[in-house]
Amino acid sequence: MRTDSPPADRVLSLDGVYAGYGRTVVLEDVSLELASGRSASVIGRNGMGKTTLLSTIMGFTRLHDGRVAVCGTDVSNARTWRRVRAGVGLVPQEREIFTSLTVQENLAVARRTGEWDVERIYELFPRLYERRSNLGNRLSGGEQQMLAIGRALVGNPRVLLMDEPTEGLAPVIVDELQVTFARLRDEAGMTILLVEQNSRVALAFAERCIVMSGGRIAYDGDSATLRKDRDRLDRLIGVDAG
Amino acid sequence: MADATRARERATAHVVTAHRWRWVEAAPWLVATGAFFLLPDYMTLGTQIVITVMFALSLDLILGFAGIITLGHAAYFGVGAYACGMLSAHLGWTEPVSALFAATLVAAFVGWLSGLVLMRYHGLTLLMLTLSVAILLQQLANTYSDFTGGFDGLTGIYFDPVFGVFEYDLWSHTHYWYALAWLAVVFVVARRIVYSPFGRSLVGIRENALRMHAVGAPVFRRQVAVYTVSAGIAGLSGALFAQANTFVTLDVLGFTRSGIIMIILILGGTGRLYGAFVGAIVYMVLEDELSKLTPEFWEFGVGLALVLVVLFARNGILGLLDRARSLLAERGR
Repeated sequence: MRTDSPPADRVLSLDGVYAGYGRTVVLEDVSLELASGRSASVIGRNGMGKTTLLSTIMGFTRLHDGRVAVCGTDVSNARTWRRVRAGVGLVPQEREIFTSLTVQENLAVARRTGEWDVERIYELFPRLYERRSNLGNRLSGGEQQMLAIGRALVGNPRVLLMDEPTEGLAPVIVDELQVTFARLRDEAGMTILLVEQNSRVALAFAERCIVMSGGRIAYDGDSATLRKDRDRLDRLIGVDAG
Repeated sequence: MADATRARERATAHVVTAHRWRWVEAAPWLVATGAFFLLPDYMTLGTQIVITVMFALSLDLILGFAGIITLGHAAYFGVGAYACGMLSAHLGWTEPVSALFAATLVAAFVGWLSGLVLMRYHGLTLLMLTLSVAILLQQLANTYSDFTGGFDGLTGIYFDPVFGVFEYDLWSHTHYWYALAWLAVVFVVARRIVYSPFGRSLVGIRENALRMHAVGAPVFRRQVAVYTVSAGIAGLSGALFAQANTFVTLDVLGFTRSGIIMIILILGGTGRLYGAFVGAIVYMVLEDELSKLTPEFWEFGVGLALVLVVLFARNGILGLLDRARSLLAERGR
């Protein structure tokens, strides 16, 4: 892994990225940067490349061209676990909790030295503390999502990637998680890249919004602008923003 | 703030008390001690059972916990047996404890070396490669018969009394306690490993290797690490086998031994540590009793037991006991 430019205050940097699965190219010429403490939401219709964007940052896809850097370290050719150690954490779409492990163990296997430890996760999600001895498959959907977030956080990432974390959850849990996301962003200063199908949640979460369309970035700018210009938002994502 | 501090204290306390020893875990050791006093004439079989438990335990670490499938685990058992035997027969190294250490290190080294290649593969490819390693070593042992005794076996193995005090006897009493003591050490080490964050990450790897990558775990390194430890323990059991029998033949590296140890683990239950105890006792007692009853058809009985376990107790005998306990608990409510 090279450690030349971009500067370290940019915790995430993609430069002219072409990536996909095997020979199929899904992302085309994607460039974006995230500075430390600045979050962004990614929205777009299904199949537009949102999840592939996160997968490419994690190293799950084949990078055809371009460069991916985490905290100033070029991780374009690095294995996934090295990217995680460079400072990126992922909350996957399917949560993918280890069902043979307890809540405590799910957190323990991902723990690395830093300000986020298991106890702090329990402070953030007291319900996880109550369920700490439960196996991963003995949790509700909301609790599994809390655990997936906690598991990413105990890895002490500099940038947290969240792939549709509210999908399939009850509205009351979605509200609860939104409060948590805001706390992470504002109180903990966490840099978050949130991929979200629910554009209302996405536009409310971050000042910056990235719209993916056909594997390219169709919009990268203020969330407020899109919130006000509903016609443009409808054109970009093809649904009512609500 | 006080709440937060209390939450931290509670969480830390939980980490400390998790996986604490339970009283029921004394059972196998009490059985082993009781067997010595109740069945003193069966200590040769007892020693073989203890050695087999240790070998099965080594397989459980990789198969049951890390999900690494293998058909060639006898390779490391055999390396340990030959290393220990050759130290005595060729170099006159007759101090038993240090010879065991040396044989364990040799087996662990071979495990590490082969693991560097093997752990890059999965599924059928891995299965075939593990089998190949064992066959390769067996052929090496056959070819270099000047050192290994080849087809005729390695003879001339002799070891001093344990710590210079405990003489070996005709009834294998010393060997039994000696092997049991080593099993206790190995068991404590294995237990610590499987309940450590490293051990829990092995379970995570078994369940979803890609996800373990994504939480920052170097999957390949951890697989190689546990494979090395497992090979070392298998080598230690092989070395104990060599010391107990004072004779090593090519079958210590054979496919049959690899297959039997897997059957034993499946019988007892994988990924439980104690499955190795139950499986080894059931299999070896069954083998001993059935071969007395019908010397020609004893394998039929063992095969039938395996078929029954696979059909009706997918998680082994211990899994069946767990299910029975859950049913009883449900009825009690």
